[in-house]
Amino acid sequence: MNEDFFQGYKGEALQILKKFNVRVWGVAEFDTTRGSFKGTVLPRAENDDDKHIVIKIETGYNIGITTSTIRSMKEVSYFKANYKIPEKEFPVTPNLPRVKLIGTGGTIASRLDYRTGAVIPAFSPGELYGAVPELAEICNLSTEKVFAVFSENMGPEQYIALAYAIRKEIEAGVDGIVIGHGTDTLHHTAAALSFMVQHSPVPIVLVGSQRSSDRPSSDAALNLMHACYAAGHGDIAEVMVCMFGPTSDEYGFLHRGTRVRKMHSSYRSTFRTIGDTPLATVKRGEVKPIKKLYNHRRKDRSVQIYPFFEDRVSMIYFYPHMHPDTIDALTDLGYKGIIIIGTGLGHVNKELYPAIQRAIAKGVAIFMTVQTLWGYVHMYVYDTGRDLMAMGVVPLENMLPEAAYIKLGWALGQTSDLEEVKRIMLAPVNEEITGREPYNGYLVYQGGVPEVEDFIRKYRK
Amino acid sequence: MAKQFDPQRNYLESMKAIGFVLLKEATEEDWKRIGFMSGLEVHQQLNTREKLFCRCPAGILLGDQDYDGELIRHMRPTLSEMGEYDGTALMEFKTRKEITYRINNINACTYDIDDTPPFKINREALEYALEISLLSNLNIVGEVHITRKQYLDGSIPTGFQRTAILGVEGEISLSNKKVRLLQLSIEEDSCREISDIGHKRIYKTDRLGMPLIETVTHPDCLTPHELHEACDYIRFLNRSTGKVRTGMGAARQDVNVSCRGGDRVEIKGVAHTKWIPLLSHNEAFRQTALLRIRTLLNERIPSWQENWHIKTIRLDLEKLNTTCQTIQNIRQEGFEAYAANLPSFKGILSHFTQPGKCFADEITDRLKVIACLEKPNMIFSEQPDPCNDPFDFEPIKQLLGSTNEDAQIVFWGPAEDIKTAIETIQERCLIAFEMVPRETRKAFSDGTTIFERVLPGADRMYPDTDSAPIPLPEEYIQKLRKKMPVPVSQRIQQMQTWGIPSDTWNYLLRKNLVPLIEKISADNNYPPKLISTFLGHTLKHLEGKIRKHSDFNYQKIAALFNFINKNQLDTAIAKPMVTIMMQNPKMDFDSILTSLKFKKRSREELLAPVGFLVGKFREIRKNDDPNVVLHWLMGQVRRQAMGNIPLSEYSSLISKLIEKEIVD
Repeated sequence: MNEDFFQGYKGEALQILKKFNVRVWGVAEFDTTRGSFKGTVLPRAENDDDKHIVIKIETGYNIGITTSTIRSMKEVSYFKANYKIPEKEFPVTPNLPRVKLIGTGGTIASRLDYRTGAVIPAFSPGELYGAVPELAEICNLSTEKVFAVFSENMGPEQYIALAYAIRKEIEAGVDGIVIGHGTDTLHHTAAALSFMVQHSPVPIVLVGSQRSSDRPSSDAALNLMHACYAAGHGDIAEVMVCMFGPTSDEYGFLHRGTRVRKMHSSYRSTFRTIGDTPLATVKRGEVKPIKKLYNHRRKDRSVQIYPFFEDRVSMIYFYPHMHPDTIDALTDLGYKGIIIIGTGLGHVNKELYPAIQRAIAKGVAIFMTVQTLWGYVHMYVYDTGRDLMAMGVVPLENMLPEAAYIKLGWALGQTSDLEEVKRIMLAPVNEEITGREPYNGYLVYQGGVPEVEDFIRKYRK
Repeated sequence: MAKQFDPQRNYLESMKAIGFVLLKEATEEDWKRIGFMSGLEVHQQLNTREKLFCRCPAGILLGDQDYDGELIRHMRPTLSEMGEYDGTALMEFKTRKEITYRINNINACTYDIDDTPPFKINREALEYALEISLLSNLNIVGEVHITRKQYLDGSIPTGFQRTAILGVEGEISLSNKKVRLLQLSIEEDSCREISDIGHKRIYKTDRLGMPLIETVTHPDCLTPHELHEACDYIRFLNRSTGKVRTGMGAARQDVNVSCRGGDRVEIKGVAHTKWIPLLSHNEAFRQTALLRIRTLLNERIPSWQENWHIKTIRLDLEKLNTTCQTIQNIRQEGFEAYAANLPSFKGILSHFTQPGKCFADEITDRLKVIACLEKPNMIFSEQPDPCNDPFDFEPIKQLLGSTNEDAQIVFWGPAEDIKTAIETIQERCLIAFEMVPRETRKAFSDGTTIFERVLPGADRMYPDTDSAPIPLPEEYIQKLRKKMPVPVSQRIQQMQTWGIPSDTWNYLLRKNLVPLIEKISADNNYPPKLISTFLGHTLKHLEGKIRKHSDFNYQKIAALFNFINKNQLDTAIAKPMVTIMMQNPKMDFDSILTSLKFKKRSREELLAPVGFLVGKFREIRKNDDPNVVLHWLMGQVRRQAMGNIPLSEYSSLISKLIEKEIVD
């Protein structure tokens, strides 16, 4: 018998299916000690146990049948599911901007297979048009899947591939680029592209979704519309992240790729600009800048790419009583750069000093960022800070830890001259260090206070 | 010359043509004739502390304005397997609703608004639901799989309901038949609608996520009364566990009805089971009427699929010379108005569908729901009821080039909704040629229904990827089986054996009081009939009269009877005592007796004043008729007898004494 007939089943469950000649996708009748059941046998998730068989009953629900209760079963018919997404041709509308959607593996749009429950990603323009027809009113869309990896598996190789793909599209004359991406490491990729792709004449918009697009309340379609609008019509030619502003289906934010961070594990409005205001809000039909200064869209096709990355770079999240051997280990393993995420203004315990000194002596570049996320590293305030600087740890002002990690990898990818690395790190490419922190750059309001509650009730969040 | 068409007459004639009879005059023959068939989906909230998939408290209901924040969502349909949108999905998408949810921090969290994945299922709820599944004789599944069931109306912020089947294929025993159960599921309850005007719908999230079970029957009920009985039975069964919520909205049912040749129509939100017979009866006849309309239309235009189209024109309201107030009003609203010609529809718009409703209502209801045109949204050429705001359709007919065989509609609304409105009219009329549309309809207390949405198909279920399957091991099921209450059918038999008056059964089962009768009788050796009459008549009467304190519960009545028995009081004292107890449940029984001015008296003490009182009576009256004497005398002493001796016994003792006195 072919393995394919029993997708996901193992052990007891597999044996009993084989014994009674029942296949996945077979409609079977079960006689069990708990009564009789009938339904289509579905594939089983690999991590689930081997004591149950999953069937879809006539009313569309799935249930599991315990193998030890089965007296007999009989396949009465068989109908294999057919995965195919219907394509509708994406209409070309004169006078609408050309937008290129680059796929990285995240599912921006998808449709469901009700029989299997599988989520089938929709990606080709035709598929996307079927799922989000409004896109045709925004732009002329074309798509390309550069690679397919989950967000958490993205890395330097993918950043570099994206940088090349972006240059190719810009030179080919697109009016804007949208990159579909899983949300977990969206801000890492946004930072990487900010450094690797400079002086772009068109918007480069990274977009994802917090609720998968197989659900009616998904944020995917609206995010995609916002991103396509910002890419095709917006004037801001930077690397940006486009995600929900409030959790309501109202407007999106465009965040600068170097200053954005995922701040909630599941909220729709999870992406926030840290230490500054977002670049702009976006709705269908309008990009409304909040920041006055940004790179404007240009007609030319010139763009610089710097596709470099040294992956022997790490980051250390300091905690009280951290042992020095964690840093020694990195040094001994040949790491070339370390971003320390320190407490408060940028501190670590004394216990680490020898390890830090040893690392620096061996030529490891060490930079300091802060766990508080908001605020600057200030290493002159306390002795600890001064001690660390004396050892050669370089404070990175208000650069976000993730952006700092990416930038250090990028800098070390270009040169091993530590002075040059330091110069690159401290010279902002696009606001990863800002000269000043505006008063409204730090807003984490707390509930329960009357004026905040009033605000939430009135304006939503 | 053609005779003037009389819509009212047409309405009555069409009603006769389908053989409509009123429910109270209908017989089994009538239901057999139209092929009445029906089943139920009975929803019942479980009395758990927390919600089903999050740790918010369950059961806190709030006012419409009692909220801390709001959020907005739009629901998008997801493509089905065949690359088509589900009918309901398409309809809901056409309506383009902006949905606002009101959230209160007390009982809604980020899960409720779909900003956090589900937590593990509430085991308390699962256990209650399994107990009810076992009572319903269902085949219990081996592993529970949480499934997502799509709802695009916005009633759940995710756009789907998390639900799971616990058992399939059971049955319940009614008085003269068995009704098969299709399945029982556990699910999260939906939001409560605050308003739905134009393109804006507002919900509150207080009820959202509360554990609920849904018992679905096969369409085995062949009369409206069987359907009613089945529904009561299922509700009693649920309540017999003592683990379900009661009160407004805690139990709700959807009624599925069809007639022969018709199709499944789901009547939603039937708040009271007593509404079921009328609603289902009327629905079966509505379908019978739609089938006649289909026949009439097919006779007139056999090739309707190619040749039937509505013709619409925009009306210039300024140029429309009419005294019709409705038209004057829409002019002021700034609406666009259109006229539509429905070829060969003469006599169809005024065709009977439900008592007081005609086919035109099918269109106006859909215009409201699908095109979001608030009512009144149209007038038509065959208004059957006497119209006090007449509109002359002659100029419209001329504009449209209508023939005498056609019917016309004038409808209006915001410009952006007109396209959907035209499609909606065209679509509903085309369906009339073809079939009874599968719909969900909203129930009204007068027994009529209105269109709510297109009935969704089975293609809207898919596994919840956020939850793991939950195995139900045999030992666990066996443990639950041991805790099960007595089945309702057995309770009914018990009541029969005890000789309990049948007019109390419904109340006793509804309040799940039979176990209490059993307990009080057994503990105190009282006849069950006495206790059941007390509960089914006295208590029921008091409940209708007195406002109960929230701390009062029926178990306190058991304690009361134990007290009465222990103190050798007469059970007649139970009524005044329970009256006080219902309002002051914390008061101890002795204090209640004191407040009733009760004094324990022996028989001798009770009979002692008789001689004196007979003498007194003689002083004021000259009548020696023993009955008259007894009546007066009982009036004097009744109060002290209460609780000490049954009145009948007291009166016969006194009567003997009177005889003696008179003879002496």
